[in-house]
Amino acid sequence: MKGKKSEAFWAGRVIEGILLLDALLAIVVIFLIGLLILIEAWPAFRKIGFVPFLLGKEWRPGKELYGLLPMIVGSILVTLGAVTLGVPIGVALATFLAEVAPPWVQKVVRPAIELLAGIPSVVYGLFGLAVLVPLVRQIPVPGNSGFGLLSASVVLAVMILPTVANISEDAIRSVAREYREGSLALGATHWQTIIGVVLPAARSGIVAAVILGIGRALGETMAMIMVIGNSVIIPKPLNSNPLTIFLSQARTLTGNIAVEISYATGLHENALFATGVVLFILIMLVNSMAHLAMRRRS
Amino acid sequence: MQRPWTKLLGVILIALLITGCGGKTSNESSQVQKQISVAGSTTVQPLAEKLAEAFMEKHPDVEITVQGGGSSVGIKSAAGGIADIGAASRELKESEKQKYPDLQVFVIAYDGIAIIVHPGVEVDGLTRKQLQGIFAGKITSWKEVGGADKTIIVVAREEGSGTRAAFEELVMGGKQITGQAILQPSNGAVKKTVASTPYSIGFLSFGYLDEEVKALAVDGVAPTKENAAQKRYPLVRPLNLLTKGTPSGLVKEWLDFILGPEGQKIVQSEGYIPVK
Repeated sequence: MKGKKSEAFWAGRVIEGILLLDALLAIVVIFLIGLLILIEAWPAFRKIGFVPFLLGKEWRPGKELYGLLPMIVGSILVTLGAVTLGVPIGVALATFLAEVAPPWVQKVVRPAIELLAGIPSVVYGLFGLAVLVPLVRQIPVPGNSGFGLLSASVVLAVMILPTVANISEDAIRSVAREYREGSLALGATHWQTIIGVVLPAARSGIVAAVILGIGRALGETMAMIMVIGNSVIIPKPLNSNPLTIFLSQARTLTGNIAVEISYATGLHENALFATGVVLFILIMLVNSMAHLAMRRRS
Repeated sequence: MQRPWTKLLGVILIALLITGCGGKTSNESSQVQKQISVAGSTTVQPLAEKLAEAFMEKHPDVEITVQGGGSSVGIKSAAGGIADIGAASRELKESEKQKYPDLQVFVIAYDGIAIIVHPGVEVDGLTRKQLQGIFAGKITSWKEVGGADKTIIVVAREEGSGTRAAFEELVMGGKQITGQAILQPSNGAVKKTVASTPYSIGFLSFGYLDEEVKALAVDGVAPTKENAAQKRYPLVRPLNLLTKGTPSGLVKEWLDFILGPEGQKIVQSEGYIPVK
């Protein structure tokens, strides 16, 4: 009896050990990736200097000019655009699924959203190239090529929709039943309950969803290269209307690496790895913010 | 209570770990003795691959591997002995000539750079001066070069591309390509962008020309292979193979094959201009 028990006990321990090893492996891998990128990037930080690299406005590798500011601004603007377009739709979708939709609608809509998450990035890029870019080009502003922040933001908004919708829906569903019942008992309508009680109660979960969406947006590469134009400029409005800044071309941090890495040597290559370091830090910051938001919720 | 599935799971996990860690393969024994490695320009790459295939067909014991990486990589690889042969779609810079004095350059073909516009553009030809103005961002409307009153949308290649370097050398004369240019990472992507964007202009290798885009005359000379071969068309660049020191043995054999009638026939049939 005793022997049997300890056999099962040891088997359990062995498996626990293996699982722990797997978990450690994940940490080691992320640590190694970070370290290797940093080693490759180090000469760039040393020769260019951290501040000139981050705040330099000129990126001309042929002239040994490496300023990352246009790409940082590009990444931030396109993410801002995607969040502005994608988050309201995502949260509305989550609210609809969690609170309003009859079960059969949920059964159709939820797999559809999951499918959206499974479509490869390059296919979104193709869609953007074939449909969005020509559509955006119709906006009659001189210098508008269709390629640029607006097309990229729309593509990104669709791409972050599953992240935002899924996590927001979980947050809305986990709002305590008593809150809803209390609100309804006080005479509020279903709609008033959603707006006044459920959404505020799910706020921190929704914030986490938005931040994770931002992380997804910052990391997106292929679809961005295909529709954003990749010009190394700090985007400016094309005419007196400040909104036309979204018709300007731009380049993202991810695009900067992907477009140039195949030709880069020497300091140019180091500078691209340094771009990777900046991106790495940015995404780590965003993810920690999401974790903080999640923790506050629980 | 025994839980057989936990044991099974353990076995599977261990098996996965073992195969994952010990997956070292040894193919040293199957290595072909006679090898040539080529690395560099992505413009030269498809041509070099065709020339390698043809040579390997005649000499089945030889293996030629062709890698991309770009012209700068090709020059460095050849100079550093990383590859037997480097490929570059531009001429060597002065700095490179000084840094690697023992590099031998073999021009295996010429390639024209075509100026392309969206088919809707009425302009049929531009001078190099006008091209410089357009790509530098000085000339911003088609009206200034005899076209419609529409903003010119400039499409170019990314920094480091051999085609861009050759274009800068042949057209820009030290001026910078405007930051407003849409940058695309390949010849194919440039063509696609120009073909689909009204009032756009770009440049690409002759090998990629087709009726999707309109090719412009430069300095009054039409962009045809004949004009390029006779050096009338001004935007022609050499496609180079580079070796460290004088080539010998198998490398020399392959280079002789490329520069011989068979190799040059392949050059022609692939859409490039033969050297002889």
